[in-house]
Order: sequence, then C-alpha cells, then structure tokens
Amino acid sequence: MLTYLLRRLLFAIPLLFLIAVVSFIIIELPPGDYLTVYVMNLKQSGEAIDEAALQVLRTRYGLDKPLLLRFFIWFRGVLKGDFGYSFMWEKPVSQLIGPRLWYTVLISVLATAFAWVFGFLIGVYSGIHQYSIGDYAFTVLGYIGLATPNFLLALILLWAVYVTFGVSLGGLFSPEYANAPWSWAKFVDLLKHIWLPVIVIGTGSMAGLIRILRANLLDEIEKPYVIAAKARGLPSKELYWKYPLRVAVIPFASTAGWVLPEIVSGAVVTGIVLNLPTVGVILVDALKSQDMYLAGSLVMFLSIFTIIGTVISDILLAWLDPRIRFE
Amino acid sequence: MAINERVTKRTKVEEIYLASEWKLMWWRFKKNKLAIVGLVVLFVLYVLGIFCEFFAPYNPEKIYSAYVYAPPQKVHFFKDGKLTRPFVYGFKIERDPQTLRRIYKEDPSKVYPIKFFVRGDEYKFWGMWKTNLHFFGVERGTMFLLGTDRMGRDVLSRVLYGARISTTIGLVGVFLSMMLGILIGGVSGYYGGWVDNFVQRSIEFIRSIPTIPLWMALAAALPRYWSQVKVYFGITVILSLVGWTGLARVVRSKFLALKEEDYVVAARLAGASEFRVIFKHMLPALTSHLIASVTLAIPGMILGETGLSFLGLGLRSPAISWGVLLQEAQNIRTVALYPWLLSPAFFVIVTVLCFSFVGDGLRDAADPYKT
Repeated sequence: MLTYLLRRLLFAIPLLFLIAVVSFIIIELPPGDYLTVYVMNLKQSGEAIDEAALQVLRTRYGLDKPLLLRFFIWFRGVLKGDFGYSFMWEKPVSQLIGPRLWYTVLISVLATAFAWVFGFLIGVYSGIHQYSIGDYAFTVLGYIGLATPNFLLALILLWAVYVTFGVSLGGLFSPEYANAPWSWAKFVDLLKHIWLPVIVIGTGSMAGLIRILRANLLDEIEKPYVIAAKARGLPSKELYWKYPLRVAVIPFASTAGWVLPEIVSGAVVTGIVLNLPTVGVILVDALKSQDMYLAGSLVMFLSIFTIIGTVISDILLAWLDPRIRFE
Repeated sequence: MAINERVTKRTKVEEIYLASEWKLMWWRFKKNKLAIVGLVVLFVLYVLGIFCEFFAPYNPEKIYSAYVYAPPQKVHFFKDGKLTRPFVYGFKIERDPQTLRRIYKEDPSKVYPIKFFVRGDEYKFWGMWKTNLHFFGVERGTMFLLGTDRMGRDVLSRVLYGARISTTIGLVGVFLSMMLGILIGGVSGYYGGWVDNFVQRSIEFIRSIPTIPLWMALAAALPRYWSQVKVYFGITVILSLVGWTGLARVVRSKFLALKEEDYVVAARLAGASEFRVIFKHMLPALTSHLIASVTLAIPGMILGETGLSFLGLGLRSPAISWGVLLQEAQNIRTVALYPWLLSPAFFVIVTVLCFSFVGDGLRDAADPYKT
C-alpha cells in the first residue's frame, strides 16, 4: 500500500507541472501581450497612462522577453505565490481568488459527497428492485438529470421557486450576512442556501453513477454463485449486501473519482446562474475582458484541485480493492 | 398444420443464420422502443433544422414592435363548439396601470385561421433560391406559437433556426473527435508499449482538467472580429480537442482485444501491410461500437455549445443557436414574467435525451452475436 501511495503521489507531480504549462498557454492565447489590453482599456476610458507603472509591470512579468523565458519567470512567481496581476480589478491575482476558491472547493466537495451517497443508495435500490416503480422513476429522473445541463437545471429550479413561493433563491447568504464576520447565525444561513447548488451540481453526476452501479449489480446478481447461495436459503438482503454488491461497487468507485472534473465544471457554471461567490462569475468576467492572468490562474487552481481530488479517490480505491495495489 | 408450423420455424432460424451483421443489429435495435422513439424525434428535429427557413413561420430577425413579449398564442380547434380548421385569436392589448407593462388578452373577434403552405416573409432557401413559401402560418394577423422576445421577434422561428446550428455543431464536433480518437486510440492500441503509455497518460491528464473552464478559456481566445462561420468552426474544434479522449479510449481497448484475434494474426502472418490490417481487418470489426460511442458523445458537444453561448463565450448574436436564445433567459425576473423564453431549454433537453436513448440502443445492439 505504501509503495502504491508513493507512486501515485509521485505521478501527480508531472501532472501538476503540465497544468501550469496549460495555464500559461491560456494566459498567452489572446493576441497581443497582456499590457496591450490594459493600455487599450485605459485609452477607452480616457485615463492617463502611467508609463512608469507599465514599465514596472513589463519587467516584473518579463513581457518583453521570449516566450520560454516568460514561462519560467511566471512559473517562478507561481511557486512563490505571485500569480500575476489582474488589470480588471487592479489587484494581484493572489488577493482575489482566496475565498472564492474555497467556496468553490466547499460546494464541489459537498456535491461530490451528495452524488456518491445518493448515487450509491439509489443504485443499490434500483439494482435489487429491477423493474419496480421506484426503479422506473429513478431511471427516468436519471435520464433527465443526464440530459439537463447544470445551468438549465439551476435556472428552472430558480424559476419554479420564484413563481411558486415568490422568493429569489440564489447566492450563498442572505443580504444581511453577506459581508458579516463569521458567526453561528451566518453558518446556519449558509446551510439554508447551500443545498440548492449542491443538488443542482450533484444530480448530473449522480445519474451517471446510478446507471453504472445498477448495471454492474444486475450483472453480478445473475451469476451462478448468487443463485447457488439463494438456493441454499441465504436471505436475499444479507446475501446482496455481502457478496454481489462488493464486486459491483468497484467500477462504481473507480468512476466516482472521474466525477470530480465534471462537478468542478458544474460548480463554475452553476455559480454564475445562482450568483454564488464562487470562481464562476469572476472567471467569465475575466475571460470576457481578457484579464488573462486571473483567468489562467483560476483554471490552474480548479485543475489542481481536481488532480488532488482524483489522487485521494484513487488511494481510497486502492484501499478498497487490493488488486489495484499489486498491479 | 404441425408440419406447416415446423417449416415456418425453420425458415425463421435460417433467416437468423443468413442475416448479415447489420441486419442482426437492426433487429436488436428495433426491440428497444425508447431508442426507436428517440431516432424518430431526432429525424424530425434534423429535418426541421435543415429546412428551417421553410418550416419557420417568420423571419427570425423580423421585429414586431407592436408585440413585444407577447405570450404564446393558443391553437384552437373548436369554434362555437364546432370543429373547424385550426386557428388562433388575435391580441387585445391593455396596459397595466401600475407597471405600464403590456397585458395581452385573446380577442375572440379576431380569428386567424392557420393554413399550410402560405406565402410570408421572403427568404433565400439555403442562401440560394429566393422564395416566400412557408410550411404553415397565417395570412392575416399574427401567429406566435411560442410567444415573442424582448424585441418582438417570433420565438418559434428563432428556435427552429437555432436547431440548425445547435444540432449540427455536435455532429461536426463529434466527427473531428472521432478522427482524433481513431488515430490516437488506434496508434495507442495497435503499437502498445511506450506509445500506449504516453497516450494513456496524456488522456488521463486531459480528463483531469475540468472541461467547462477549459472550454471557456479556449473560446474566449477566439478573436472578436471573426465571422459567425469562423466562430462556429472555432467552437467545434475547441469542443473536439477536449472531447476526443473518450472515443480514443474505446478505440484503444477494442484494438488491444482485436490484435490478438486469430484472423488479425493470420492477416499479419500472411504478409498484409499494417495499413491493410488496420483498415481492412480491424476497423470494420469495431464500426458498430464506434457508432454507438459517437452517438453517446454528441450530447456532450451540444451541451457544451449551449453552455458556452449561454455564458456569452460561444456564439454571439446575430448568430442564432439555442444557447444564444437562452441568454435572454438569464435574468430570473424576466423568466418569471415571460416563461416562454425558456422554451429553447426544452428543445435542448429533448435532443440530448433522444441522443442518449439512441446511443444506448446502439450500444446494446452493437454486438449482435452476444446473447
């Protein structure tokens, strides 16, 4: 187990480096360097251009140097915690993303937990009670969940709640708590709001997980050893939990790790529709105004978070299934 | 009689033995009712999209400033308790004394019968033939079956025009993905070794990046001055650059399995070139699986375009796609007042659902020799 753990962690390091490369490519993608956009924006608003300040930024991020060198200057900065400068907000990127990133992580983790727990329970139920009313209901819901993109589901739910109850959900806090310091009351207020994004983001992935578990469980239940056990008089319930489920749960667990990129994607888009203080809104704004240091850093952090999550789920999987450790 | 029965039974069995692989697949696919329904609905949607100029009752850009945010007009079949040809009532417009919003009411004195093959707005069919023939519409008055938007444009016509872009963007994108998937997955599965290892690690890497933020970042880099057509192809390339990994995995695992098959080994031993082994012997064996996986990959592309356009990073008006139309529904207060603006969402969901049904049906039918 220890060697597997070490190998998995070591394997993550080149991935993290590659993510930095991809993020840098994203930063460099728009035509012209970063300052041209900035200067253009200043010109449009008629503000004076401070040549000295521009020069400081230019040397700091090496914008006049060749591409490869620029990358290393940027990468060195990233390692030190300097992710560049956001011209839209006129602040260093590192000051902007902190709390937003944590809310994104929080919502993603909760949504993953939601998808896993309910995906598992419903999958087991549907597998054991094949063709029952509940199974049909969940299958239909699952199909619709897969077909409805997160942002549409959020929009439809918001609309339904607004029309029936006249309240506008959305946001993570009521207005009176939005800027208040942390307190018990604020925490309770958070709980009152967070369930909606968690359900919206988790549902799509949950539907996929249900299908996998159901299909595998059905395959396993048909196998001769289960029939033999039944024939010897083992009570079904005990039998299912003890044998076929343990086999069927492995494909479920290995896909569960791949759910995370999907959920992070969902958290970004849903955050925009539901107006959450997650990275979604600033990512879109940054991309629209080509504030690329901010956008690139956001993509980088989201990817790093996904990689960490996948590593954790892989380790959990190895703990669950000894065959993986010895592969 | 007994002999007769036995004879028909035998011919049936013979028919199964003689049937080609595709015929067997079709038989199995036919059994899946949902898949058939999905196929029919998709066919209708694509026909509507391809011939949208003809099926849309109005020009999607035509502005009816007198009917801003008009609600959907109901189609009536009965007049004074008697069945007549379908018709719609005209509007009686009042003003809300407080909000000054227009209130539309049905005016029973204005009856506009709906007719097929009417003359209406002029258009150029596929940009080539000038005509003004529409599949259905009214000759007098207005017919907004899905209401109008904030500028008084007919939502139904816009949804139909949107179908053209939204449904084809998935096909084009998936085609590019399929090319990449076959090439990279095939190389990886056929050669194995370090090539396979490298490709597999790359796929894992791409899959571990959250798709939508990556799509968003790439789409934002498309130059603003690009024409609609260029943006359209730019978006499909972006969607497929990220989306090929799933298909590559399918191709690779199939190639790995097929490589060991006797007939492939025989072909190789007989001195067939690699090109011949791959294209003549191996690819035909996985066509059915490939078609199923491709069908299942299309919805992701459609949803990707819709999401990007909804966020304002994909196609932009004046291009019309379902995502662009849904941008109008971003504000929840507008949606609450004018819920028909959400109607493109219904089309998106139906399309994606049908693709999943058909894809599932194809996947189950892909291996007809399996019992």
